[in-house]
Amino acid sequence: MSDSNNFFKKFKQMPVDSITKTVIVATTLCFVCSMVVSFAAVNLKSIQEVNKAIDKQKNILQVAGVYYEGIDVQKTFSSFQPAVVDLNTGKFTDKFDPLSFDDKKAAQDPLLSTPLKDDPASIGRRTNFATIYLLKNTDGSLDKVILPIHGYGLWSTLYGFIALEKNCNDIFGLQFYQHAETPGLGAEVDNPKWKAQWNGKKLTNANGDLMIQVAKTKKDENHHIDALAGATLTSNGVDNLVKFWMGETGFKKFLNNLKNGAA
Amino acid sequence: MSQTRKQLLVDPLVDNNPITLQVLGICSALAVTSSLNVAFVMSLAVIAVTGFSSLFISFLRNYIPNSIRIIVQMVIIASLVILVDQIIKAFAYEISKTLSVFVGLIITNCIVMGRAEAFAMKNKPFDSFVDGVGNGLGYSLLLMCVGVVRELFGSGTLFGITILDPVNNGGWYVPNGLLLLPPSAFFIIGFLIWGVRTWKKSQVEAREFKIQSLEAH
Repeated sequence: MSDSNNFFKKFKQMPVDSITKTVIVATTLCFVCSMVVSFAAVNLKSIQEVNKAIDKQKNILQVAGVYYEGIDVQKTFSSFQPAVVDLNTGKFTDKFDPLSFDDKKAAQDPLLSTPLKDDPASIGRRTNFATIYLLKNTDGSLDKVILPIHGYGLWSTLYGFIALEKNCNDIFGLQFYQHAETPGLGAEVDNPKWKAQWNGKKLTNANGDLMIQVAKTKKDENHHIDALAGATLTSNGVDNLVKFWMGETGFKKFLNNLKNGAA
Repeated sequence: MSQTRKQLLVDPLVDNNPITLQVLGICSALAVTSSLNVAFVMSLAVIAVTGFSSLFISFLRNYIPNSIRIIVQMVIIASLVILVDQIIKAFAYEISKTLSVFVGLIITNCIVMGRAEAFAMKNKPFDSFVDGVGNGLGYSLLLMCVGVVRELFGSGTLFGITILDPVNNGGWYVPNGLLLLPPSAFFIIGFLIWGVRTWKKSQVEAREFKIQSLEAH
């Protein structure tokens, strides 16, 4: 005890600018600060991850139209059946656990993703495996299928979900859960009135050609979504990413398989 | 609270406002004022960081070697900012989604460093804490003023509650899109500085030079 007291006294008497004192102060401070920061990060991590998971589930409920204020998100979400889809074959795969598979990580992994040459959504690489969610009726028949989509808007990558009816062609809804577009302009992708337009639109025409588009001028009632006023680039981004993910390199194979019961 | 401490707290609100008089921390004032919810949480975060960083730096002021004092201040400020960011992520997830980038930028907010260097290094811990909180409040006051103008006229809402029913939702108000973009905050802050300096003449800076022709006539 007297030893440490002596040391402390000596430390106090040292001139403030001596090298020893500088090193001691710097080391101690770094140590204490890193302890505080890591303590907070480790202890709050579980709460943060629950928040993140609930937020994602809430968005899936919203896009499927079963969310309302005050609902028990986790309980309602249990009626959705997650599954991993191999985008190259368009079939379900059981290589990964759908509850823990991370699409975003897979898109960064060279073994689990494909670099894109033709890349309208500006995402660089496309994951080979995607987690999708199936909402089934009580008798076990398919009600809705919810697919993850993402792509670049004006400032940021927009991450969201698109919900399709059981015929895999009629859109039920579209919703983004993460983006950083301009508030009031591009961020109007969150406007309920704009989102409501997607309901009932069709992806393809009778010949199976992808027709859906976000544009300023209306060509065709069944496939047209009004672009956002004052947010041309965000609208183009949404247009591109929906076309990409519903197209050949996206979920088209899977949707065809699902429709024919071959997934 | 003694008279001087009260002064420390109240002075930065108008008389010595960090934004209008010291012209510090403008950058983040541009970024986070397009909606009041975000501006409000940002204000709380900045008050917490300026207050506590001043407190801790003042505690350590006699031990901080001069040669590394800026780094030591930065380490303390950065740790506090990370702490605040983690807490917001855990307990206000919705807001953290829009705010996270800007919370990180509190580290570079000149007000925090400015108070640490100018006040906390020379004064007692509690005084420094009060000074930090006061400056945080001054920053917040301005942030809220700018936020009210931008959100009300830019999206027709206040704290997300519709006041002027915008055309997008079938109302009558055509929102002013410019106010949602960062440059508009420059104009509003400019007008506010003009207003404050008209009200409090003592804040007007002396001219650095005079134009010759004016003297000749």
